[in-house]
Amino acid sequence: MFIYVLKKIGVIIPTFLGVTLVAFIFIRLLPGDPVLLMAGERGMTEERHARMMAEFGFDKPILVQYGLYLNQLAHGDFGTSIITRKPVLQEFMTLFPATVELSLCAIILAVLLGLPAGMIAAVKRGSFFDHTVMTGALTGYSMPIFWWGLLLIIFFSGILGWTPVSGRISLLYYFEPVTGLMLVDSLLSGQDGAFWSAIRHLILPTVVLATIPLAVIARQTRSAMLEVLGEDYIRTARAKGLSPIRVTGLHALRNALIPVITVVGLQVGVLFAGAILTETIFSWPGIGKWMVDSIFRRDYPSVQGGLLLIAAIVMIVNLLVDLLYALINPRIRHTE
Amino acid sequence: MPDGVAQQVIDFRPVGRMALMREFWAYFSENRGAVMGLCFFVAIIIIALFADFIAPHLPNEQYREAFLRPPFWQDGGSLEFPLGTDAVGRDMLSRLIYGARFSLFIGCVVVSIALVVGVVLGLVAGFFRGRIDTAIMRLMDIILAFPSLLLALVLVAILGPSLINAMIAIAIVQQPHYVRLTRAAVMGEMSKDYVTAARVIGVRRLRLMFVTILPNCMAPLIVQAALSFSTAILDAAALGFLGMGAQPPTPEWGTMLAEAREFILRAWWVVTLPGCAILLTVLAINLMGDGLRDALDPKLKRS
Repeated sequence: MFIYVLKKIGVIIPTFLGVTLVAFIFIRLLPGDPVLLMAGERGMTEERHARMMAEFGFDKPILVQYGLYLNQLAHGDFGTSIITRKPVLQEFMTLFPATVELSLCAIILAVLLGLPAGMIAAVKRGSFFDHTVMTGALTGYSMPIFWWGLLLIIFFSGILGWTPVSGRISLLYYFEPVTGLMLVDSLLSGQDGAFWSAIRHLILPTVVLATIPLAVIARQTRSAMLEVLGEDYIRTARAKGLSPIRVTGLHALRNALIPVITVVGLQVGVLFAGAILTETIFSWPGIGKWMVDSIFRRDYPSVQGGLLLIAAIVMIVNLLVDLLYALINPRIRHTE
Repeated sequence: MPDGVAQQVIDFRPVGRMALMREFWAYFSENRGAVMGLCFFVAIIIIALFADFIAPHLPNEQYREAFLRPPFWQDGGSLEFPLGTDAVGRDMLSRLIYGARFSLFIGCVVVSIALVVGVVLGLVAGFFRGRIDTAIMRLMDIILAFPSLLLALVLVAILGPSLINAMIAIAIVQQPHYVRLTRAAVMGEMSKDYVTAARVIGVRRLRLMFVTILPNCMAPLIVQAALSFSTAILDAAALGFLGMGAQPPTPEWGTMLAEAREFILRAWWVVTLPGCAILLTVLAINLMGDGLRDALDPKLKRS
């Protein structure tokens, strides 16, 4: 197992260096002078231009610049936003909990609904329920989620007036963030109705973000269950006279879960991509909206830092999923 | 005798292909969803091809007396604008019809670029192995480390927002999947007897790669092509929606949605219809893709 971990980390380090290279090249690939580009239409004097070039190190040879960049990263310096003048890492960390909260709720919803739906569909293969679940899953998988979000807003916020259109909590409430997770903070604040308000703000974005993972998990669970249900040990378990619930719920599900866990883990990247759209639609103050806004504001240091941090998070989570997978499935770590 | 043998070999190929096609169709047509998807997809192709004749109006023509007209079945709607008009008086139906052209075009271009680049890289990686293989696969790992839509967004930010750049960005983001699939399939084929036999006869390297091995790796690639066709349409629409894809007044469905956002509570049709068009098209292609996979991939045939 230890050697397996080392091997995995050995692959991840060069990939991560490659990712830093991409983030580094990104600013230099932008057409035109990076400093002038950041200044936008305001323009600047010769002297200020030279000073900014030196400040960002653009006047040095490219390899030296990359070395300096890596050195900065090693010291936890991910650059400074040119709009707010705050360190990118600090901005990222203030907004990150909002995305984590939304993503966690979405993945929990997707697993809670997708797992049983896929299981029942597999057990009752060919039934009406099976067809409904599979049609629903394929529709969810094909859904343009930015449109789905707008539809939900039209219906639940516009026509029924049940949910707010944007934000994380009503403006009536204010409290200092403790964990950054609004659900927890609103409970801790002890204010009447704050928790309820946080939930109402969270429901629609969660549903929108959960749609694609839910579809993927339901499909994957169904096909994994179908495969496992055809195995000999299931027949043996049935022949022993175990109850059907015990056979499918215990024997089959445990083995079917292995591929499902991988799929759940791989949704992290999907969730980030989905967060970009979901947060933009619902004005959810998280990383996805921040990245889009930064791109539009030409705040390139923020884009660069955010790109790198998001890739790092995705890679770390994928590594953890790989390790978890190897832990529950010895066959993986012993091959190769 | 030698004549007879040659005759047989020549006769054998077309018959074999026909039989293969027939077997494929038998599997494919068993899947009702896949056939429905295919029919719908063909209908969209026809609509896109004959948009000039079908569409009642020009997609960008503004009717100043008809802003935000509802569809014909609602009060205030008329058959002159069957699905209503948008905020600047353009006919929704015509824009949707012309939009089909863009979506199909996006799908074709993205899949072609990603497929060609991905297959060549995957073939090289799987055929030569060693350092070249490691280098290519590391590069693909790097691309895959980024969430696809985010990387596409950033690439468009570099290239500048336009439909062409959005397509290039999406193709770059998608091709690692083709590389991985091709490499895995090539490595599977390399150890088989027919490859060794071809080598022994002295078949040249390029011919071995593209003529001998590649055709035997096509099944997973075709399935992937269908799936990434639909992903390309979705991603391009998402980029258009974020303002980083096709620019207004292009009647691209995602861009239409972006323009319609501020009217969501006033005029449901300007928001609902372009999304429906995206959903139905993508759904049809995915249904078709599922059918293709069941018919082409023998490993999954059983389940």
